[in-house]
Amino acid sequence: MKSQFVKGMSHGVPIMLGYLSVSFGFGIMAVKAGLPVSAAVLISALNLTSAGQAAGVTIIAAGGTIIEMILTQLTINIRYALMALSLSQKLDKSFKLPQRLAVSYGITDEIFAVASAQPEKLSPLYMAGLILVSFIGWVSGTFLGAAAGQLLPKSLTDAMGIVLYGMFIAIIIPPSRKSKKVLTVVVIAAGISILFRYLITAVSGGFAVIISAVAASAAGALLFPVNDGEEDEK
Amino acid sequence: MSLIIYIAVMAGVTYLIRMIPFTFFRRKIKSRFFRSFLYYIPYAVLSAMTIPAIFYCTGNVITAATGTVVAVILAYFDLPLIVVALAASGTALITGFFV
Repeated sequence: MKSQFVKGMSHGVPIMLGYLSVSFGFGIMAVKAGLPVSAAVLISALNLTSAGQAAGVTIIAAGGTIIEMILTQLTINIRYALMALSLSQKLDKSFKLPQRLAVSYGITDEIFAVASAQPEKLSPLYMAGLILVSFIGWVSGTFLGAAAGQLLPKSLTDAMGIVLYGMFIAIIIPPSRKSKKVLTVVVIAAGISILFRYLITAVSGGFAVIISAVAASAAGALLFPVNDGEEDEK
Repeated sequence: MSLIIYIAVMAGVTYLIRMIPFTFFRRKIKSRFFRSFLYYIPYAVLSAMTIPAIFYCTGNVITAATGTVVAVILAYFDLPLIVVALAASGTALITGFFV
């Protein structure tokens, strides 16, 4: 049982390193927007999400309304509901109410990606290890960025902007190489996302991701339905 | 508006979005379409989040594009996540000195 926790922690290390650099950027941004260092760290500890936090800080800085805050967080973060639903199908029997309440806090893009790539069912301890290490990276990176970010050269902080996307690529490409079905879905999603970026610009970024992903996955499910058990092989 | 209220609302909404489907959805999904849909969702979400946003994440399209190319090549050869991610960033940094 203990080894599940250690395994989760080791799988969390690349996420932690990626988070360190991204949350570093968030820390810089939050302080620039006029927030105290403690507020930046608190936001990171409570939310554990990049896009939603960046949007939230923008609203706080602009003195926006609470309704605007709620709608923005809903739009940007609703993808987590899909991820949570997907992960809920992969949990082992030791997941009871308390474990579900606790682990749901840590569903992020990266944790979801790593967890759903596991060949076996997920245990609470594995998820706890994965989330804990990622959390440490996210919160400490925010603190460092907020406290010391402006001391680093801009060239370095700019280049760090690509770290998490690089990780996404490393997650998408290998299964796309092995499966034409996955490749097709990935290409459709990217294509629709490009349309939203350059042609249908009235749709916000959060909604654009949701629509692209839902449409591409629905197309995949219609064109190439998976067989019983096939989804456990990934 | 008090800062702490903003932060509480933000955290509350974000948690509920994750918690409600994860905690209260217990049954095994029977529909083949919906199971297929959930199988493809992770790849579709990451793809839509990455493209085209990755080209704007460093503040310079050229450094971002070279970083992306390096990431795709290394990922194609199944290198570990962190190697791909840091190589992309290192490439963007080095390219940045020349553009």
